[in-house]
Amino acid sequence: MSGPSDYKPSHPALQWFERRLPILSLMHSSFVAYPTPRNLNYWWTFGAILSLMLGVQILTGVILAMHYTPNADLAFKSVEMLVRDVNYGWLLRNMHAAGASMFFFAVYVHMFRGLYYGSYKEPREVLWILGVIIYLLMMATGFMGYVLPWGQMSFWGATVITNLFSAIPYVGDSIVTLLWGGYSVGNPTLNRFFSLHYLLPFLIAGVVVLHVWALHVAGQNNPDGLDMKTDKDSVPFTPHATIKDMFGVSVFLLLYAWFIFYMPNYLGDADNYIPANPGVTPQHIVPEWYYLPFYAILRSIPNKLAGVIAMFSAIIVLVFLPWLDSARTRSCKYRPLAKQFFWIFVVVCILLGYLGAQPPEGIYVIAGRILTVCYFAYFLIVLPLLSRIETPRRTPNSIADAVLAKGGKIAAALVALVVAGGLVMGTTQDARAEEQATPPSLKWSFSGPLGKYDRGALQRGLKVYKEVCSNCHSLSYIAFRNLGDPGGPGYSEAQVASFASEYKIKDGPNDAGDMFERPGRPADYFPSPFPNEQAARATYGGAAPPDLSLITKARSYERGFPWFILDFFTQFQEQGPNYVAAILEGFEDKPPAGVTVPDGSYYNKYFPGHVIKMPKPLSDGQVTFDDGSPATVAQYAKDVTTFLMWAAEPKMEARKQLGLQVFVFLIIFALMMYFTKKKVWADAH
Amino acid sequence: MATLWPFISQMNPDASTIAAGAPIEVDLAPIADGQDIKVFWRGKPIYIMHRTKKQIQEAQSVPLADLKDPATDQSRVKDGHDQWLVVIGICTHLGCIPIAHEGNYDGFFCPCHGSQYDSSGRIRQGPAPANLPVPPYAFLSDTKIQIG
Repeated sequence: MSGPSDYKPSHPALQWFERRLPILSLMHSSFVAYPTPRNLNYWWTFGAILSLMLGVQILTGVILAMHYTPNADLAFKSVEMLVRDVNYGWLLRNMHAAGASMFFFAVYVHMFRGLYYGSYKEPREVLWILGVIIYLLMMATGFMGYVLPWGQMSFWGATVITNLFSAIPYVGDSIVTLLWGGYSVGNPTLNRFFSLHYLLPFLIAGVVVLHVWALHVAGQNNPDGLDMKTDKDSVPFTPHATIKDMFGVSVFLLLYAWFIFYMPNYLGDADNYIPANPGVTPQHIVPEWYYLPFYAILRSIPNKLAGVIAMFSAIIVLVFLPWLDSARTRSCKYRPLAKQFFWIFVVVCILLGYLGAQPPEGIYVIAGRILTVCYFAYFLIVLPLLSRIETPRRTPNSIADAVLAKGGKIAAALVALVVAGGLVMGTTQDARAEEQATPPSLKWSFSGPLGKYDRGALQRGLKVYKEVCSNCHSLSYIAFRNLGDPGGPGYSEAQVASFASEYKIKDGPNDAGDMFERPGRPADYFPSPFPNEQAARATYGGAAPPDLSLITKARSYERGFPWFILDFFTQFQEQGPNYVAAILEGFEDKPPAGVTVPDGSYYNKYFPGHVIKMPKPLSDGQVTFDDGSPATVAQYAKDVTTFLMWAAEPKMEARKQLGLQVFVFLIIFALMMYFTKKKVWADAH
Repeated sequence: MATLWPFISQMNPDASTIAAGAPIEVDLAPIADGQDIKVFWRGKPIYIMHRTKKQIQEAQSVPLADLKDPATDQSRVKDGHDQWLVVIGICTHLGCIPIAHEGNYDGFFCPCHGSQYDSSGRIRQGPAPANLPVPPYAFLSDTKIQIG
């Protein structure tokens, strides 16, 4: 397709350079003059979107690595600190975390597109296999990246996934020890995962070059699955494909920005805001949404080794796809039966994703087994069989004829819907105990796209924390200086300094080698009520009061279907604050009949399991407010929760404000691209 | 091939990790009947369970044919120390930590994928393929063991 270019630079200096390294003509023939089929639809813009996402991930990743510390004791804190203290750290972190999800979302669209239009068929087999390799590398990269923040889900995800290799007979355990660099997941594991997470994206970039090269040798497939025969079948890449890709990318960026600025935690798991603890397994280990279908396959097979083999086969089977489906007609547009089975397959994948997020019991296990069979049947039975028995419809003579005939738009819209649905479905949050009362949804000043913290509530909440909570709970990621930060409680520098000086901070050693106490300074962090976790644990009968810096992001509850889909549109993400406020108000002096509460524990309506070690912390009149707000438990709970939400997300106001600007820009940019695209393509349709 | 070896071998536990994995001694005296403690050895949680008469009875009376990974209770404890069960608290399914004194068999229950172990740490129900492993240990005296 991209034969020798007749491109000649006009400037003599460029001509001199071109004779020595003909890179300009290579670029020209690959990205300007390159003939692209004129019937491509928007599903073909995902190639450009993926290239962009790879670039974004590498750029944000390299920057994040400058602030991150790959050490088991420091990793969690370094991520929190880069979000809080580094200029725009919150933006870079959100871009990278949401970027991973968007990257996978785009790659799934890209793969389903290839599946539907037969892009893996002769002569594009190698192109397809290179794509599968990229996908595998992406999965490895994504997995190791998720481990780096070293939260609970990071640690236990790493434990579960590395343990998959222990299923290998005889050498399994040695391989797992080799992967860990120790006797369990620990610091050496984190270090090597960081190193590899940094390396793999560049390998991906390398394979992407091969992928694009192979594409440019075979030429692009297209919705009609026809080869380009005459000049009438194609349009030059620039400006036609370039501008169309630009439009596709800008629409995609709108979705991406929605997550970055408004729903940064929607795709994550609340448990990952709890630092990794090798002694406590989370209730329900769920991988990131993009692995869920494969996780469901792994779990639905009762034998460990067979489960692992099935999971890997589910991906490897894609390599053999060009030979499993030997039908000569490429596009499902002209294959009535294959088209129906394709959609069934899409639904199977989405349902598997849903099951992957559910607890492995009862009906879910049986459904998982049935769907696993369906998944493999599609590749191993349906496609080989169809290619023998199906009578395809007659394909048009040429791409030009197909463009004049039109059609097939509805199917495309349907894919968009289903895939978007799949993305949303897969994000089900972890299930807490079912019989739990759901915390009531309160009205928060900080919810929604224009939400701001109520300054009065922050200041009152700080008072409640200081007088009540801080007797047992630390707030170790918050420094006194933060109280004067923009978007916070809004104290002046002098107020912050005097607030800090009321605290005694341990410092040292001094010249004599002794530790000493001095008054706090704005740069100091809130001191912990206990010297260490063991001391806290010992004081409170085994249950250490958790640090409150991230509590409103580290707690959640299941929203259930269909709420979690609506939440994406309404930007609801106040599960944490609702839960914290509910706990503070959920104490009942007398447990309901039939419930026995052990000595030293208390009954709480909203606490998982109802038995909580914390005594009722707040009672009416306990704290007096200067501004005349009612001294009631409800008011205390709401104010202190608002304060703790700010402690967990101190940059929220800046985030939402910048988000608004970005959205205005992106919408205008997308419209401009759309109208330019229309103009450019006016003669091609 | 020999050139490759250093590049692979470096991934194994380093000298300090191995040294930190040396045997540890645990005093059993404070653990009352029916209680258990969890100690960490080589980064792995080890459950030491002081079994009650009922638990021992249950563990010994199960017919081997009922077990997924047949092993007698005798083979999993030290002779003359029937009341002490010492197992690595890592689920043999995918490595989570089971909770002691939960589940239907007076033993352990894994919250991740629902595997249940009995009072001898043997797999009784759920996806785990094998019994909780018994770490290498020996009694130094009646109330002291050395793990490792």
